[in-house]
Amino acid sequence: MHDSDHDHDHDGAHSTVPPDVALRVTALESLLVEKGLVDPAALDALVETYEHKIGPRNGAKVVARAWVDPAYKKRLLTDATAAIAELGFGGMQGEHMVAVENTSRVHNLVVCTLCSCYPYSVLGLPPVWYKSAPYRSRAVIDPRGVLREFGFELPKDTEVRVWDSTAEVRYLVLPERPGGTESLTEEQLASMVTRDSMIGVGAVQTPLPGNNP
Amino acid sequence: MNGVHDLGGMHGMGPIEPETNEPIFHARWEARVFALVRAMGAWRKWNIDASRHQRELIPGPEALRMSYYEKWLAGLLELIVAKGLVTRSEIESGHASPGSTKATPALSANAVSQLVARGAPANRDLRVAPRFKTGQRVRARNINPVGHTRLPRYVRGKVGTIDSLHGAFVFPDSNAHFKGENPQHLYSVRFAARELWGEDAVTQDSVYVDLWDEYLDPA
Repeated sequence: MHDSDHDHDHDGAHSTVPPDVALRVTALESLLVEKGLVDPAALDALVETYEHKIGPRNGAKVVARAWVDPAYKKRLLTDATAAIAELGFGGMQGEHMVAVENTSRVHNLVVCTLCSCYPYSVLGLPPVWYKSAPYRSRAVIDPRGVLREFGFELPKDTEVRVWDSTAEVRYLVLPERPGGTESLTEEQLASMVTRDSMIGVGAVQTPLPGNNP
Repeated sequence: MNGVHDLGGMHGMGPIEPETNEPIFHARWEARVFALVRAMGAWRKWNIDASRHQRELIPGPEALRMSYYEKWLAGLLELIVAKGLVTRSEIESGHASPGSTKATPALSANAVSQLVARGAPANRDLRVAPRFKTGQRVRARNINPVGHTRLPRYVRGKVGTIDSLHGAFVFPDSNAHFKGENPQHLYSVRFAARELWGEDAVTQDSVYVDLWDEYLDPA
């Protein structure tokens, strides 16, 4: 998060934010505190949770485990909620999970056309592009064009499956394990798994090391 | 409702703009809005469906100009007034009206980890057998309710195949309006891209949509 000096720095989707929104939010928070409706320490804890504790590293651990442990992978593809809970992840916006597997033949892509549903428990909070109209509108009608915009061209004979998160079920893409990674540890594999690869719009990162989202 | 939130299949919304090294929040106020929405939700005066519907009620032209957390803020303000937690004059003045009661207890910092870890499961026990089975062909109903629905316009009237059964879930169309959870079976329905978008779509591609029993007819 930017510090408060940057509250009025906006770009892209934020360019139309009225300058007084930060003031309005401060005023609202102070009113709700005065009325006993919120405890600012709880707000701090919520922000801290999603800035530092819950993020795409959770999902990367799930993917790496599935790559090294065929029995785990089977459980993940059968009952993702339970398999993800084995690694200690679950709860808010991850209550009902489904994992979908990319193969040499099938490519999966996740979207929420109606709002911005996203699996917080394994990926954290969604990036702006995922919540924005260009992605949400086109992912279902032109997934191959969307993927091209993210920099990769799918083979013509690949089957594309788009998952529109219209209910409380949240989707995690299990990317294909790259070749030549047989000697890597589970931790090294996890460091290659990008956030975007678990949404279905990016590749797993090679070469090592790479741990950007 | 047939609002601008229902974006699936539209053109002309511009390029996708991924941001490198994107921060979790772009400004402190965004983080506070996120946290306020979650903390106020803990009073259980509304539910996730009502919360989504409140954001859908933002007039379309405004909604298209607003950022994500501005919409969250607008929705929260409407809900806290509608549910009597604060008054509009309190929001305008920024202070509690004299003599107004102080609520207790607010969500505490210690309770946050439990709130996050537990989440809010939306599945329910239901003694009714599912109407459809895997592999069965179904047609999404052509309904155009003015209230909340999670049946996107782009699948209405289209034929798909039941891919899997998720179990019974709270029905957003009633829950959003505080008319009960009305749990019913939820299905993952596979629609061929050609069924949705016509002959120019790639033959083997498809879209999977989670749809409730009431949205579907046998086909």
